Amino acid sequence: MNQGNPSRDGTPGGRWLLGLLLVVAVAYPLLVSSNYAVDVGMFILFTAFLGQSWNIAGGFAGQMSFGHTMFFGMGAYCSAILVVTYGINPWVAWALAIGVGACLGAAVGFLSFRFGLRGSYFALITLAFAEMFRVLADSAAITRGGLGILVPVRQGFDQLQFVDGRTFYYIALGLCLAGLGIAGWLKRSRFGARLEAIRENEDAARALGIHVLKEKIKCLALSGAIGAAGGSFYVQKYLYIDPHLAFSVARSVEMLLVTMIGGAGTVFGPLVGATVLGLLGELTRSLSDAQGLSLVIYGVVLIFIIAFLPNGLISLLQRRSRKAGGRNA
Amino acid sequence: MLEVVELSKRFGGLYAVNQASIQVGQGQIVALIGPNGAGKTTLFATIAGFLQPDGGRVVLNGRDITGMPVHEICALGMVRTFQITQPFSRLTVAENIMVGVYQHTSSRREARRLAWEIAEYVGMGHLFDLPSTELTVAGRKRLELARALGTRPQLLLLDEVMAGLNPTEMAEIIGIIRGVRDRGVTILLIEHVMQAVMSLAEHVYVLSEGKLIAQGPPAAVTRDPAVIEAYLGKNAAQLLGGDVHA
Repeated sequence: MNQGNPSRDGTPGGRWLLGLLLVVAVAYPLLVSSNYAVDVGMFILFTAFLGQSWNIAGGFAGQMSFGHTMFFGMGAYCSAILVVTYGINPWVAWALAIGVGACLGAAVGFLSFRFGLRGSYFALITLAFAEMFRVLADSAAITRGGLGILVPVRQGFDQLQFVDGRTFYYIALGLCLAGLGIAGWLKRSRFGARLEAIRENEDAARALGIHVLKEKIKCLALSGAIGAAGGSFYVQKYLYIDPHLAFSVARSVEMLLVTMIGGAGTVFGPLVGATVLGLLGELTRSLSDAQGLSLVIYGVVLIFIIAFLPNGLISLLQRRSRKAGGRNA
Repeated sequence: MLEVVELSKRFGGLYAVNQASIQVGQGQIVALIGPNGAGKTTLFATIAGFLQPDGGRVVLNGRDITGMPVHEICALGMVRTFQITQPFSRLTVAENIMVGVYQHTSSRREARRLAWEIAEYVGMGHLFDLPSTELTVAGRKRLELARALGTRPQLLLLDEVMAGLNPTEMAEIIGIIRGVRDRGVTILLIEHVMQAVMSLAEHVYVLSEGKLIAQGPPAAVTRDPAVIEAYLGKNAAQLLGGDVHA
């Protein structure tokens, strides 16, 4: 029996390209001289990681959220409160925050999906959740209200604070690679296949024996864990969090935007989107001081992407690799 | 194998299915026919757990499955296909079939191998890595069947798998369905194409306005005056003449 060319995932050319990109990413902080350039790179990797959180729910499972910053904010506050108020080691706090993010994801998933919320209704409920957390963080004593939480400077590896910006860059690179790893695993696993089936057609997925509610809850838990991991990292890097940083609509939109522009439901979409938007943002900032100009440009880019490349920038690459006999970018 | 007892489904005050009882024996091919809007698809959806019945019971292999969630019913070996095909559009044919196959293995390699066997069996081997959007109507109907087969059903509910097919395609799929049955899968099918019903089914139920109006072997059912009336209107049996008296 012909095995139907069983393993054709990833072309050799693709592997070389990925290897090369990895080398560039690792060497980048050593090649550039300014801290600013390192920070730009760090932020792109970090945004790509946060985008991956949205990508898993919105891209793979088709559950488009408008309030994904709730996971980021929850992770950030968890870390800050545990470290500052309870004196817990930041590394431990990070791990705990990831757990809390997963629980929040599962809870939000259970509450929304049990009542069959889909599409724009799910987007609205997540937006409401994020807003609710913002209001709570603004008024609760444990979050110190609108003042926010300042993490005292205590540099050292055990305190997860580093003088050298390059260390944070490498941590962000590690996070980004972990995010890519998770997305890559989803592409090749039963769990991921089920999520994609749910995205494409929930009724058909049910008919084929998929426990839709359970898979969706698992998916949001995973997505929440990643978002919270990003939030913790943010607090350790900037040593400050307040309700508007944690739960802003802008961050929810950014997580969604980088993924949609790069390519939702693909492994590398968020990284591509974060890179393009990150560089575009830096470029506009260097050309003009006008506040919010970069947002205008993001908007224009998004319109063009939706009009001409509904599957994101990455579909440009996929088209070429498809011709070469490959798939799964 | 499957016993449907006085199953009813109401939408508002209207009975879409009214106390319908059906029996399907192990290894049989049973057809459900009836004019448009008779409630066939509703009956299917209610049997398969997609709709909650307003009365009656569904018993599968001696076990009451009335009101059970769809995925549990699927795990017990009953799976349905859709009249309006519901492919996972952005996935390939292989990935579509693998979704069903994944009920029995968590290994991607194994799932792909089993999906390949099924694709070959239903004649889609050459389409294996094609996006499912590129399939013709006939291809999509086949994909519905293939996906359902992936879950290894004991009882397959097929909702109009012949609709929109040309005679050649129909002959092929009739052969496939017969082959599936010969491998031990029991089949209940909704069909409009009488030629297919006549050549496949051993027993036919006729549904009209939500009620079962006739049943029996296909040849007998098509001569039943009540059935002719349901399809062609009152007194049609007399107008057609012959030895039938309504």
